[in-house]
Amino acid sequence: MIKKVGIASYGITKFSREDAKIESVLLKATKNLFENCSNLTQKDIDAVLVSTNNNSKYLSPILAEMTGIEPKIAHSVESLCNSGTNAIISAYSYIASGLADVVLVAGAERYDSPGQILQWDNSRGEFKHPIFWASIFTKSYKKTFSVKEEDLALVSVKNHRQAQKNPYAFSDKIYTLNDVLNSKKLTNEIRLLDCSRPCTGGASIILASENKIKEFSDKPIWITGIGQKTMSAGFTKTITFSSMESSAFAAQSALKMSKHQPNEIDVLEIHDAFSVCEPMSLESIGITEKGKGIDLVKDMISTNNSKINPRGGLIGCGHPLGATGIAQTIEIFQQLQSKAESRQIDNPKVGLIHNMSAASTSSTVLVLEN
Amino acid sequence: MSAESELKNGNFVVNQCIDCKKTVWPPADFCNRCFGKTTIKKGPSEGKIIEFSKNDQCYFCLAEFEKEVKIIGKISSGIPKERQRVRIKKCGIKEGNYFFEFLLI
Repeated sequence: MIKKVGIASYGITKFSREDAKIESVLLKATKNLFENCSNLTQKDIDAVLVSTNNNSKYLSPILAEMTGIEPKIAHSVESLCNSGTNAIISAYSYIASGLADVVLVAGAERYDSPGQILQWDNSRGEFKHPIFWASIFTKSYKKTFSVKEEDLALVSVKNHRQAQKNPYAFSDKIYTLNDVLNSKKLTNEIRLLDCSRPCTGGASIILASENKIKEFSDKPIWITGIGQKTMSAGFTKTITFSSMESSAFAAQSALKMSKHQPNEIDVLEIHDAFSVCEPMSLESIGITEKGKGIDLVKDMISTNNSKINPRGGLIGCGHPLGATGIAQTIEIFQQLQSKAESRQIDNPKVGLIHNMSAASTSSTVLVLEN
Repeated sequence: MSAESELKNGNFVVNQCIDCKKTVWPPADFCNRCFGKTTIKKGPSEGKIIEFSKNDQCYFCLAEFEKEVKIIGKISSGIPKERQRVRIKKCGIKEGNYFFEFLLI
């Protein structure tokens, strides 16, 4: 029988351009977790999983030694931008199968992460930087659904604004529509403020079985839905450039497992690596019909509703790859615990995390409930 | 002779499975359908633009040469149009990275 798995607590660092060692960032995020979870001791932890694209080796045992943990299981998880949620699913699997009761997942990245460029994908030629796949997505999306540049720019305006209520976010400024539209043009389709920015940051969470979790939290948040899908590694294998097939598949799986419909989701963390990714993701997950994602973004802005990317998304928070999926999960955890302070949305019961890699060649979706 | 060494010399080649004849791209030693060994074949000469954009230096596009072969490359000159046909003008490997230059036709 699969055991129920919950999240008990978290730790996080400020996302910045700090030139810190990856080990230091992991330690800082984990130290903060222990500070937030006073009943947790090193002896409770059965497994330590590290999520990162950093080239340093043996980081889980290193983190375990630096934090005084002697786990049964210690290893890293690397999967570019969705490393964090994939590490959480590994932790879930250890607990659900009975191999572990308590698992620490810590993610970290530096601003100069090698995970930003997928060197293997030679079919992209010399256009391997993510702005090039984002340009192709944006051109295709705009053309297919008659969406304008100023529509997509609203995603950046919204997410930078929402990030101002997140003390850990990289962005420290509100931008107007004109600011976004007049920011540096990187390609005909992408401007600087359409992009999430590489940064240094760490995030950690503690997962535990139903029996054990009450020792650490009287208000755990449960993982009730999981979906993952990999279509390919290479961008040029993508079939459609105006929707995200792996995200659609992962979302369907996660929603089916949680026995929820898209319209029952109260709060969402969406992988807005670039402006166009937010409406495309909302459509692929099934939150809106095809081509209507940007209408929902506009509606969120006009009604001052921050249920989509309340922490500011990747555009507002910055994108430390290995930490991003964990930071997204922390936000939904805080929202469902009603502890998101000034970002709190009204009484959410069900939250969803969408985290993807390399132009949505692979995606991970989690559903959390209180 | 490997596909990569041909590409290094500026010759556009792809791999093809000896057993099931599937085109394998990017180059690999074995077929991703039947795991048969692959051999080199001359790459398709013409393709069509799926999507294009421009950075401060050039137009670039994603072009489809055959079902299994889609490539992003630089457009050597001119202003591309949707679905316009292209030919590979230049290709190679520079500092470990493939590069492709397309001619609008």
